[in-house]
Amino acid sequence: MVFTKVETSRRDVLALAGIAGLAALLAPRMSFADVAAVDAEIKKLYGDKKFESGKIKLDVPEIAENGLVVPVNVEVESPMTDADYVKAVHVFADGNPLPGIVSYKFTPACGKAAASTRMRLAQTQNIICIAEMSDGKLYSTKASVKVTIGGCGG
Amino acid sequence: MAITPTPRVRVPTQAKPGELIEIKTLISHEMESGQRKDASGKVVPRKIINTFVAEFNGKMVFEADWNPAISANPYQSFFYKASESGELVFTWKDDDGSNYTSKHKLTVA
Repeated sequence: MVFTKVETSRRDVLALAGIAGLAALLAPRMSFADVAAVDAEIKKLYGDKKFESGKIKLDVPEIAENGLVVPVNVEVESPMTDADYVKAVHVFADGNPLPGIVSYKFTPACGKAAASTRMRLAQTQNIICIAEMSDGKLYSTKASVKVTIGGCGG
Repeated sequence: MAITPTPRVRVPTQAKPGELIEIKTLISHEMESGQRKDASGKVVPRKIINTFVAEFNGKMVFEADWNPAISANPYQSFFYKASESGELVFTWKDDDGSNYTSKHKLTVA
């Protein structure tokens, strides 16, 4: 009697697991930002202004094993004097649920326009970095990161 | 349950005039992104530290606006060019309105 009971409950558990798995497959996928969302964010900040290449050194790993903690280091070439410094740096991702990652504000007191932090990446995607100089010039650069395990809480 | 955010900062106590120092900060915080769902399928509300500010003698030096894409226990490093003695104050601003601060004296000679 006891034996049968155990059998049933195991079968129930398996059936439940099957249903749960199917539900996970059928559930709508989480919506992700795309290149257009990143472009829209940049447009919100700087309108239709042109971006130049160079000056920015964006340091991200080529392959990130854990999408929950991906180091991101940005360095912008600048003398950082009162007359010529980096005002702001924005980092975006085109494959996360939200496009923004971080925005930095620098001052000449920093001495060097460099900062690093750690970000979450949901999947393999591009990181876009833009820098605004004190004279209004804009620079941008891009790097791609392959993500083995996405960092999106499941 | 939520952990009490504790800032940890590595900053030199002494510097030469004009010396470039690197400041490394870390604060314990879950940085709930607002994208996750709990067991019952409800979205876990967003609760992150949205702003980190570094000030020297009351003047803004560096600011970082964090989005939910920043990892839990956020790390931030940046540079500061020492010019005079004074106090560095770091402030982390939470979504719930709390502020966490850390103060460090810097002697420039």
